[in-house]
Amino acid sequence: MTTASTPADVARAEKARATDGAPRTGSSLGYLRHAAGKVGGALVSLLAVLVTSFFLFRIIPGDPVKAMTHGVPTSAEQLATLRRQFGLDLPLWQQFTDYCAKALSGDLGTSFQFRAPVGDLIAEKLPATLLLTGVAVVIYSALGLWLGTRSAWRHGRLGDKLNTGIALTLWSVPSFWLGLILIIVFSVGMGPIPGLFPTGGMESGTGETGFAYALDVAHHLVLPVVTLVAVGYAQTLLVMRSSLLDEMGGDYLTTARAKGLRDDVVRRRHAVPNALLPTVTMIFINLGHVAAGSILVETVFSWPGLGGLFYQALSVPDLPLVQGLFVVFAGAMILMNLIADLLYPLLDPRVGR
Amino acid sequence: MSLLEVRDLKVTYGSGAAAVPAVRGVDLTLEPGTKLGVAGESGCGKSTLALALLRLLPASARIEGEILLDGEDVLAMSWGRLRAVRWAGASIVFQGAMHSLNAVHRIGDQIAEPLLVHGRATPAAARKRVGELLEHVGLPAARAAAYPHELSGGQRQRVMIAMALACDPRLIVADEPTTALDVMIQAQILRLIERLVAEQSISLLMISHDLAVLADTCDRLAVMYAGRVVEEGPARAVYEAAEHPYGRALSSAFPRIGDLASRRAPRGLPGDPPDPADLPGGCTFHPRCPVAVDACAEQDQELREAGAGRRAACVHVGSTS
Repeated sequence: MTTASTPADVARAEKARATDGAPRTGSSLGYLRHAAGKVGGALVSLLAVLVTSFFLFRIIPGDPVKAMTHGVPTSAEQLATLRRQFGLDLPLWQQFTDYCAKALSGDLGTSFQFRAPVGDLIAEKLPATLLLTGVAVVIYSALGLWLGTRSAWRHGRLGDKLNTGIALTLWSVPSFWLGLILIIVFSVGMGPIPGLFPTGGMESGTGETGFAYALDVAHHLVLPVVTLVAVGYAQTLLVMRSSLLDEMGGDYLTTARAKGLRDDVVRRRHAVPNALLPTVTMIFINLGHVAAGSILVETVFSWPGLGGLFYQALSVPDLPLVQGLFVVFAGAMILMNLIADLLYPLLDPRVGR
Repeated sequence: MSLLEVRDLKVTYGSGAAAVPAVRGVDLTLEPGTKLGVAGESGCGKSTLALALLRLLPASARIEGEILLDGEDVLAMSWGRLRAVRWAGASIVFQGAMHSLNAVHRIGDQIAEPLLVHGRATPAAARKRVGELLEHVGLPAARAAAYPHELSGGQRQRVMIAMALACDPRLIVADEPTTALDVMIQAQILRLIERLVAEQSISLLMISHDLAVLADTCDRLAVMYAGRVVEEGPARAVYEAAEHPYGRALSSAFPRIGDLASRRAPRGLPGDPPDPADLPGGCTFHPRCPVAVDACAEQDQELREAGAGRRAACVHVGSTS
């Protein structure tokens, strides 16, 4: 740096200072490095999940073969044959290496109870779950963001108190109870309210196609989605509210107001983007839960999704199926976290550069 | 007509028993093209004053008095009129530009924002103007694409200044514009502000705790203590020979270059600034005043004439001491 003593020197130093000593600007390379690190981390996590899923479910007490033959007279010989078929007679380490070799080639094994490939079983039920929880998460995230923003901006007022009060109350409601109440009121019909929505399932099974089928599915979707949204939006609301409250003392908001911006522009353009990061993290965690679905709500509404399948698999325990489901659930979480990590630098330039 | 005239401005935070008076009756006048410095310790109400000028204080603050900007009372303006006056009539260079810039927007967009909001330029013209403004404050136009965290503290302050100039305001309020910067950069930023203000004959209201900086930059000085102006006058005169004992303490708190005596023993001021919620009676400065007399604890002191264009609020002023 130049040592400036006269005004002219200072002026020259001004210019010099402006061009040198500035931290890096090239950002695309920084982003690639950030992305590569996150993808690598996700792959490591996935491997860890594969290993964990094998051992985790072997700690669960219960003999799958005995459970499957429950109530049916079976000889010790037949049991041994079944064990051999499922590979349960082999030493644990050998079962593990077999499992790993297959899993890495994409084969999650064969279900004990359904005698069908685990991959096929999951693929069959996955769309229903993705549809239900996907729609619910999108709706309650949007609702939570919107209400959380309004609540924080007018914090302490009546609207804010009502808003957070209602959200907290609904959050404390058990989802299966709310589901049942909704069925009683809106499916069975109560008083002047006719039965507006079906009690359960995903379709009427009357062979509609195309648009009519989509409408039918949407009709079935309403109550379970309402249940999930009502119970779930409080979380997004509260996180958005508190992170926006943290930002509201920010000096940059005073700058924005001083510029003559309207209050809603200050909120939308300046405050919300800065408050978004914690909320986005949570939205993606919720999206990660999409595959796992909601066992309770799927059960109440007889939704043909993964939740029910997981319940059936656990009760045996159908080891390959629980393992496979575990890997899929964890994989979805890892994938969503990865997407969130890749998104952060776009939302906040200070991340990952 | 004066560009800015503040008449008996009072700002109170909270209400009832918890009311805290931050500004207690301040009068200031700023003529077009001149530079006024407001000095004082932290907590004396000088930043509250700056924010009050454009009604940027939180809703819990009650403002009384008059703030005439170009003859129009800011406190009586409708919201729409106020928004139109903000930044276009008077802009602010905030302290510590790290937090005063929005971290998630490119600085070019932030500089262009007031241009677009006030309808001063089309998006294309605004981009061009942003480049000019950046070059004007000594930054390459290409830096418009940078984010605040990619700039040094001095560069961020330059961005803040470029932003303040965007709508060609007649008044710039600079609230501690150099406080967070190291001495070298501080000098550069001061020279930059001086140059730009002189070039475009903008009026400047500069707020700082550093009397030396203000004396160096401004034409006139006002010294604030406990929410009031206790001394005002031509900058050099106030800095070199303050009439009010607080002004004297403030100017001797910074050792002067070349003055060995003050360098060896920089004189400070004993005691803490008064708590605005619990101000001492009489002259608010009397508990810390080295020349206080009995009357000071009883009588509040008003500003009184103290020579050519000077006023001070001290019992000794005008007396034959």
